[in-house]
Amino acid sequence: MSAVDLTLADALDRLARKDISAVELTEAHLEQMARHRSLNAYLVETPERALGEARASDARRAQGQAGPLDGIPLGIKDLFCTKGVETTAGSRMLENFVPTYESTVTANLWRDGAVMLGKLNMDEFAMGSSNMTSAYGPVENPWRRPGSNAKLVPGGSSGGSASAVAARMALGATGTDTGGSIRQPAAFCGIVGIKPTYGRCSRWGTIAFASSLDQAGPFARTVKDTAILLRSMSGFDRKDSTSVDMPVPDWVKDCVGNVRGMRIGIPRQYRIDGMPAEIERVWNQGAQWLRDAGAEIVEIDLPHTKYALPTYYVVAPAECSSNLARYDGVRYGHRGEGATLTELYENSRAEGFGAEVKRRIMIGTYVLSAGYYDAYYLKAQQVRALIARDFTLAFEKCDAILTPTAPSSAFAIGEKMDDPIAMYLNDVFTVPASLAGLPGISVPAGLGDDGLPLGLQILGKPFDESGVFRVAQAIEDAAGFTAKPALLAS
Amino acid sequence: MAELIRGTTGDWEMVIGLEVHAQVTSKSKLFSGAPTDFGAEPNTQVSLVDAAMPGMLPVLNGFVVEQAVKTGLGLNAQVNKRSVFERKNYFYPDLPQGYQISQFQHPIVGKGEVEIDLPDGTTKSIGVTRLHLEQDAGKSLHDQDPRKTFVDLNRSGVALMEIVSEPDMRSADEAAAYVRKLRAILRYLGTCDGNMDEGSMRCDVNLSMRKPGAPLGTRCEIKNVNSIRFVMAAIEYEARRQVEILEDGGKIDQETRLWDTRQGITRSMRSKEEAHDYRYFPDPDLLPLVLEDGLIERMQATLPELPDAKKHRFMGEWGLSAYDSGVLVAEQERAAFYEEVAKGRDPKLAANWTITELLGALNREGKDLADSPVSASKLGGLIDLIQDNTISGRIAKEVFAEMVESGKDAASIVEAKGLRQVVDTGAIDKLVDEVMAANPDKVAEYRSGKDKLFGFFVGQAMKASGGKANPALLNETLKKKLAP
Repeated sequence: MSAVDLTLADALDRLARKDISAVELTEAHLEQMARHRSLNAYLVETPERALGEARASDARRAQGQAGPLDGIPLGIKDLFCTKGVETTAGSRMLENFVPTYESTVTANLWRDGAVMLGKLNMDEFAMGSSNMTSAYGPVENPWRRPGSNAKLVPGGSSGGSASAVAARMALGATGTDTGGSIRQPAAFCGIVGIKPTYGRCSRWGTIAFASSLDQAGPFARTVKDTAILLRSMSGFDRKDSTSVDMPVPDWVKDCVGNVRGMRIGIPRQYRIDGMPAEIERVWNQGAQWLRDAGAEIVEIDLPHTKYALPTYYVVAPAECSSNLARYDGVRYGHRGEGATLTELYENSRAEGFGAEVKRRIMIGTYVLSAGYYDAYYLKAQQVRALIARDFTLAFEKCDAILTPTAPSSAFAIGEKMDDPIAMYLNDVFTVPASLAGLPGISVPAGLGDDGLPLGLQILGKPFDESGVFRVAQAIEDAAGFTAKPALLAS
Repeated sequence: MAELIRGTTGDWEMVIGLEVHAQVTSKSKLFSGAPTDFGAEPNTQVSLVDAAMPGMLPVLNGFVVEQAVKTGLGLNAQVNKRSVFERKNYFYPDLPQGYQISQFQHPIVGKGEVEIDLPDGTTKSIGVTRLHLEQDAGKSLHDQDPRKTFVDLNRSGVALMEIVSEPDMRSADEAAAYVRKLRAILRYLGTCDGNMDEGSMRCDVNLSMRKPGAPLGTRCEIKNVNSIRFVMAAIEYEARRQVEILEDGGKIDQETRLWDTRQGITRSMRSKEEAHDYRYFPDPDLLPLVLEDGLIERMQATLPELPDAKKHRFMGEWGLSAYDSGVLVAEQERAAFYEEVAKGRDPKLAANWTITELLGALNREGKDLADSPVSASKLGGLIDLIQDNTISGRIAKEVFAEMVESGKDAASIVEAKGLRQVVDTGAIDKLVDEVMAANPDKVAEYRSGKDKLFGFFVGQAMKASGGKANPALLNETLKKKLAP
């Protein structure tokens, strides 16, 4: 078994036993990255830095000073500012932008000894569900439909992260999730991805898309691996006023798959019209697995679910229209030529931003403008409160909620590209929990009719990542998902 | 005092409201730890947050919140336990975020009032609509390069309190009195240094005209009027401009105008149609501000005695006039100086010497009380010499001039120059005898009924004493000896 096929937990064990060195582990991943460069998952590779960090990690371990993630090679979504390393947010606007500071989340990972392999491709400013909006080209999913050469999307916006972890180009990766940007690509790439409760991970140094929704989280190939990573990434940060000052539990202890006595809610309203049979099948299968493991399955109501997508597509663009105003060509980033100030603004932003980002800035500007604010933004905030209340009431009847992660498996590059609404529907199951700030995980549950992975989503109460991990582990144990991407078989 | 403008169609009344932007006295900015020192090299007081680098987040400065609460209490205003920071969105190079974080629907301070002192000695209450916290922008420098605009972000993110008044003022004098009183209150509280020439206090004037008793007219807002003198000049100019338009049958366009300091006029900046749509919405990077229990009470306990309370105390406790009290409390240092001078002395004498002589002298030399060569204890020493008859009031003025010049204390000047009053009756008898002996004919005239000559004798005797004879004693002796 190659070092790149190890789980993160196994790699830590082997490092501890000195069966493998951090340098060997890092070299194996750097080789894998070179082998699958055509996936376009990495925007920047940092091999020298990675090897330097790996050597330092081995030295620490030799002195008995290894941290919880010491020597673990990770990929970092390009939304996280990394000191001295280009950070583009997948946008031409920030081409060649090199931060002088390190995001809190990545700083926490380096504090615990992790090694950075490079920066991962993503939808521009995290806006997208396919990774097609990146200014640096689409990312390819390492999975293929059996008998087809059609290149598939990895999902988005954290498409590079999901593709890299699925293709064994990292033991784990960071992602961010605003409306499903961790959970949907995890499902599309057959790996695990968790968005913790809003406020668990500091947003400081992570480039903002929609501040009230953005939340960082990890990708890995097992539930336990994501628990290990999330523990390092989380924690109160006084530099982020929305960060929550709560102790970070040792979630690995929750990855035992014991769901006996737990009540698992199945939301009636998630059985949407036209949902593919395979999605329904895997969802029912998941419920059955949990029932078999001793959980009680209860039907629940989340009556405002149908308003979640439109609400999200008012709130998120509104915040993004303001958050992205700082990219004006004046202080940093792309500057267009212009004889007047207005021309400078217009050309900088017209050239620097891609079509999807512009679309959302325009939607956001519209919904906040005088005369429309009450009808759109204010109404959306009110509906958002109702959606959050739906969950509060539902959690009186259950301890966690089980749903599909996405309404389909990965689609081909080029599909759905001309219809933004069809693209937005990808987020139909992930967006409600984002609006409510709840923790949600996607776990691979099996392969669909097209031979591609399908994910199940588990949602928990605020700050009950423990419960989420517990149920996720039970699904993982029952699913026994061992399928590998086509790319790795060849 | 409404100041009416006479037009051909009758009298016109001004309706004035002010928005004052007061920089909060604090070491660091509203949402970042960068320093706020005035006059620093450009772009040296700028944090990553102030420059709006990607991924940076605002963190509210708790001290600034306390300062705003304190100010609210000082304005007798409602302090709101819950307030909300919102984003005011617009593009400008000196606004790095592309939005200003401000308070809109839910300000930290609500309705209050300020009592202003008018030149005729009366007072008037001016309503305060609200006070909210907001970030200052940076500064665009258009005069450094023929083609480029330079941007200095030192001010970017500095905490401002915007204090909005009700449209309660009716003349330039009232507006000036309001700004003066507001500035005095802020200085007393230590929440804003009130230095208008350093830009730590700036004014926007809202003005409309109407026939007395008529409904409100259409207003214009005049931006960035940065001294009390300019506030008055801008009001006078704008009032006349509006009256001219109205009397010609025209209509006032609601617009934003700019005070042109050089030409002394207001100029149109943008019309209502060109007004920005600021797209306010609650800042998702910041939670609503909820004041902790006890904060308001704690701030209440730190409030100093404010100008109006002090003024009324001076009138009651020291028996001073409203005018003198008003002058003395205008600045906290001045009031404290006076109280030190007055302690254990004649309060009215102390007030006269502080206001007329000392403040007069400082004013002539363009100095502040802080630079005064005459300290409170030295001025007190001078007054002591007057009160114990060591010197006369007239000599005291001479001594005082010397004190201002040299900074020496009164007693040593009196000693060195031999200015001590002559109170020795023998010496005065001798003086009077000599004057009478030198003017026998005048003595005879006086004794025959020409009373007016008494002044002549006083003058001669005083002159002979070098001005040092105690006036009362001299009068008494002359009366006795000249008596027929």
